[in-house]
Amino acid sequence: MTTTTHETAAPAAELMLGDDAVAFAALHAGIHNAYAYPGTPSTEIFARVIRETKDGGEVVAHWCANEKSAYEGAIGASLAGRRALVTMKHVGLNVAMDPFVNSALLGLGGGLVVAVADDPGMHSSQNEQDSRCLAEFARVPCLEPATPQEAYDMTREAFALSERCQVPVVLRLVTRLCHERARVRVRPAEPPKPLHKAGPRQDWVLLPANARRLFDGLLAEQPELRAASERSPYNRRTGGAGRRGVLTTGIGRRYLGEVLPEMREPPPHLHIATYPLPEALVRAFAADLDEVLVLEDGYPFVERSLRGLLPEACRVLGRESGALPASGELNVVNVRAALGLPALPLHEAAGLQLPARPPRLCDGCVHRDSYAAMLQVMQDTGIGAVTGDIGCYTLGALPPYQAIDSCVCMGASIGMAKGASDAGLRPAIAVIGDSTFLHSGIPPLVDAIAHDTDMTVLILDNETTAMTGGQPTELPDSRLLPVVLGLGADPAHVHVFQAHPRKVPELAALIRKEVAHPGLSLIVVRRECVQTASARRKHEG
Amino acid sequence: MKADVVLAGVGGQGVLTVARLLAEAAAADGFHVVQGELHGMSQRGGAVQAHLRISDQPIESPQVPRGRAHLLVGLEPVETLRNIAWLAPGGRIVTAIRPVENVPDYPPIEQVLAALRRFPEAILIDAHELAVAAGSARAENLVIAGAAFSLLPLTRGKLRGIVRRRGERWTEAEREAAIQALAAGRAAIGGAAAVHD
Ligand code: SF4
Repeated sequence: MTTTTHETAAPAAELMLGDDAVAFAALHAGIHNAYAYPGTPSTEIFARVIRETKDGGEVVAHWCANEKSAYEGAIGASLAGRRALVTMKHVGLNVAMDPFVNSALLGLGGGLVVAVADDPGMHSSQNEQDSRCLAEFARVPCLEPATPQEAYDMTREAFALSERCQVPVVLRLVTRLCHERARVRVRPAEPPKPLHKAGPRQDWVLLPANARRLFDGLLAEQPELRAASERSPYNRRTGGAGRRGVLTTGIGRRYLGEVLPEMREPPPHLHIATYPLPEALVRAFAADLDEVLVLEDGYPFVERSLRGLLPEACRVLGRESGALPASGELNVVNVRAALGLPALPLHEAAGLQLPARPPRLCDGCVHRDSYAAMLQVMQDTGIGAVTGDIGCYTLGALPPYQAIDSCVCMGASIGMAKGASDAGLRPAIAVIGDSTFLHSGIPPLVDAIAHDTDMTVLILDNETTAMTGGQPTELPDSRLLPVVLGLGADPAHVHVFQAHPRKVPELAALIRKEVAHPGLSLIVVRRECVQTASARRKHEG
Repeated sequence: MKADVVLAGVGGQGVLTVARLLAEAAAADGFHVVQGELHGMSQRGGAVQAHLRISDQPIESPQVPRGRAHLLVGLEPVETLRNIAWLAPGGRIVTAIRPVENVPDYPPIEQVLAALRRFPEAILIDAHELAVAAGSARAENLVIAGAAFSLLPLTRGKLRGIVRRRGERWTEAEREAAIQALAAGRAAIGGAAAVHD
């Protein structure tokens, strides 16, 4: 029988999100620094850290301009001997990839834990990349909790592991766990680590001579990391005898647990929660098996490793073999099918075509004005390229506006508009939010200014990071203009427009004028997000 | 005892609030509770779904499996139908009937309600009217919370206490409307029996 950790929770324990559990665990592990950029489904971790620390105390918790900056802050904390938590969504780790991979080589002082929230099924993301692959790429340990209680326990453990092995540790979460509320029992807090500068300097300066030595050191550390994984109590062998085994990771274990009562006898079961993969454990588990079915959310990460690890005679089934869908989340339906259990009969809404109901821009949203004005302009100028970005305004791709041609990654709108314009596709208009601009829009704007590219940048300034729930942007909006001008944009073609639904024609006229300008122009369209505004009014009461 | 609940509605209607209230009430009764939801997009108006699992045994899957919900709770009739595959055979539906017509191809409401009435265990509630009568049009979700609560094997009165505590910063009138809305929901259920294994 698989077990969940809920049964150990005291009845009085508080209901908390998986995200909350990570936050409390990091605080109880004595972090001194915490950094993040918001991103669903990781945002609530940091929101909790902020809420718990706002009334003073030692902990420094800052939202950052982007994940790279956040991660670098955490490395700096480790240099100072302090424990640090950094949180982000999976694609955020791409942004932080450079410091993340290199930090594995350093002689870390304070424990550094990066909590990364993957989004299998892409509920609110552009891809479903699997952070376990990136942890392996950087050759650092990765812990994968299956319940909010484990999220708490393993976060605490991750700090100790990071310090013991002097490597950053990835905590891999998934949407369902981040946003699952359950009872979590917490443990007494540890005191924070004292300020103590880590050294020696050769372990922190990645000049080639040092880096070669440190990389060899990281490679030499791998057996110890694997040994720690082999010993971990979170990897558990359960179930019965038989020749067809099931290997689970993360919440895959819980889907198996859900259907176990319906199976004639429980299959041999190994749960894996720590990486590098505990190979000896896996080999021992599979020794007498003809077949292993792997239930893992995300990429066929363990499944692929098994193919090189187990004797050919043992069949490996999973997302790559076709036993489970290659994309999307695990769920009880596809796990039942993979285990050969009959499908459950499902009700249908017979005879009625249900309309899709995607999220939409709020009534009164400033972006509605911007898109209405842009559509008016494009009636005359033709469409050219309108490159979009990541934020509420991405919804401008859907009816009724259908006003943007692309959405790729944070900040891509400006670089792509430049490329499209350079290639001759004009007018080229980049549409980017204020928070996204600060996150990743400034470097490509430097390029566009340097070449006075024939393009128009619209910074849609709603004075907040709206999509993830209204976190403050890193700079007050009054500073956007000085930033842009300071980079050298021509003041004659830089405007701030205070939007109002009645002023759409005026905004259209301004866009028309700047689109006609054969060089770089930039318009900040400003009005506060209606959700943030109403939350603020409620707060101010 | 095991009760699996799926809740559905449109963003901004308060689906997640209902899920949380019921989860807290069940936790206060000492049950194992797992409540999951999909959120993150701040914009209003999209489809929202939440799951609630209550049991006297440890709970495995974080979501209610399709085809297993004892109770499907809807704040909007099309969203209720959208989630019908979650309902177990013989499971109960509690749904508000007022449509949120923020999409161009919304089907005629009579057809939607007729499709819901085809399920013998469906309880259709004019939650909007009851909320207005209780003193606040915004308490539609609490009417449904009151109705759903009375179909779960939970201690009477618990929900009221939780709503009172949550509404600490409300005015007396708002609190009163909330309590009235819960009671109206409970009354709308009539004598229907609790749903669970
Ligand atoms: S949350 Fe704010 S920015 Fe996003 S759609 Fe609504 S009003 Fe616009």
